[in-house]
Amino acid sequence: MASAKDITRRTAIVAGFGGAGWLIANANGLTVSPSFAKVFQTVEDWTKTAQRGLLHPQRLAREYSPADISAYFKPNGTFDPGTDDYNRHAAGHFANWRLQIDGLVDHPLSLSVADLRRLPRRTQITRHDCVEGWSAIGMWTGVPLSLLLKAAALKPNARYAVFHCADNLTGEPSKGGEQSPGQYYESVDLTDAFHPQTILAYALNGKPLDVPHGAPLRLRVERQLGYKQAKYIERIEITDSFSRIAGGRGGYWEDRGYEWYAGI
Amino acid sequence: MAISDSTEQTSGGRLARAWRHVVGPVTAKDGFYRHRALVRLTHWINALCILFLLGSGLNIFNAHPRLYWGMTGADADPAFFSLGAMDTPAGPRGFTQIGPWHFDTTGVLGWSQVDGEFQARGWPHWLTIPYFQDLADARHWHFLFAWVLAINGLAYLVYSLWIRHLQKDIWPTRADIRAIPRSVLDHIKLRHPTGEAARRYNVLQKLAYLGVILAITLMVLTGLTLSPGFNAIFPWTLDLFGGRQSARAIHFICATLIVLFVFVHVVEVILAGPINEVRSMLTGWYRVPKDHD
Repeated sequence: MASAKDITRRTAIVAGFGGAGWLIANANGLTVSPSFAKVFQTVEDWTKTAQRGLLHPQRLAREYSPADISAYFKPNGTFDPGTDDYNRHAAGHFANWRLQIDGLVDHPLSLSVADLRRLPRRTQITRHDCVEGWSAIGMWTGVPLSLLLKAAALKPNARYAVFHCADNLTGEPSKGGEQSPGQYYESVDLTDAFHPQTILAYALNGKPLDVPHGAPLRLRVERQLGYKQAKYIERIEITDSFSRIAGGRGGYWEDRGYEWYAGI
Repeated sequence: MAISDSTEQTSGGRLARAWRHVVGPVTAKDGFYRHRALVRLTHWINALCILFLLGSGLNIFNAHPRLYWGMTGADADPAFFSLGAMDTPAGPRGFTQIGPWHFDTTGVLGWSQVDGEFQARGWPHWLTIPYFQDLADARHWHFLFAWVLAINGLAYLVYSLWIRHLQKDIWPTRADIRAIPRSVLDHIKLRHPTGEAARRYNVLQKLAYLGVILAITLMVLTGLTLSPGFNAIFPWTLDLFGGRQSARAIHFICATLIVLFVFVHVVEVILAGPINEVRSMLTGWYRVPKDHD
């Protein structure tokens, strides 16, 4: 005779295998299910909480020696924004390019690239890790973002820096109809915005940034993946929430399913 | 189901007895309690994790189906392993490159059909989770099950050390090490232990279990080494594995070794008596195969 304990155990085994079987059979559907997306969101939150818990806000990403610089630094995403406006700026060596810093600030700023070059700079040789899997090392020179944000004087309710870019990216063709073209943008929270290695870079390997790598200005936020390193930056908007911007998930790739916290 | 003694002598009775010997409940008289509940539970959760991590990992790999050694590596750098597609006079072909060797693997690796259309993709749709190529979605599955694997694995390790399961049952003894040649011979002849010897793991089995525990530990560590956030927390793992791209390669090599382990593991379960073996991993009770007289 099977005891009550045996029956409970049998039920648990059947339920366990049934659940696992259901998960395996429905994996493709669950991948794109809006309700299951909450599970994935929870996982992203765990990862962010765990990494932020272990990672001191000021802790630096590794910096390399000049000998480690990659002979060829692969550009990715947009290679050339190609709009009439951008082409005009490129032809004029970005002399008239303006960087706007606005939103939740007391002193909105409008700066030229020449203005930025006159400010204190930071040069760092760091590794760029693309979400696809490849890595390259480059030497970046630029203005620490913290300097600009202090000059702009953030309001107390400021939480994010949103980077608006000049390039319109067409998305991943492999995703079929789900992908749509969109203006590139990115966002970081104030922890990363004020990190010492977070810079607005205007030079790569000692030369002015070229068009494929994001001329005239790109973000370097060294403890996160490549898609956070927004190129062709025109405007930095300080905000308390990015839910009203574009797809509402804080970035071009985030709107297409990628994690907002790209530390992994 | 009760079978009366009077039928035991008939041929039908012998069949019923043999059947009962295979599927009937195991008692302390003809078997023993081999796997504790937490070991059984973590075993099956681990199996589910490996399935999902492998499928989603191959989908992630397809986003950049090339492996390098060292700190960096991208398309312009030499890969020691790659999957890809190329145009030939005979149309597009899929290839697999290992070191200096190229193999035409059209239809399976490099160039294969998805939803009725050929496309350039490293691993075919029937091996990846999800079946369609999507890095963002595959990463979601990968990180979900990475968390489950890590917590489950940690629970297993702590418990197994606590109850001395690892030390007593899995760590090889001196006598085990001396018995390696004989054990190899036993495996080649597909001879499985019976009687008293069947109450312990044989030495190759012990080494295989230790090996897979090590491989999964390396999977977790090399996986974390791919994370730029984790690199800032523990930069020494970059040096331990010889660079980020080396860590990515080791991650892939360990995955291959785990697949190899699972294959041998399942084959051995089938050869050693699938019902008895699977039952022992479900109920804990293992029937000791009788000595051959």
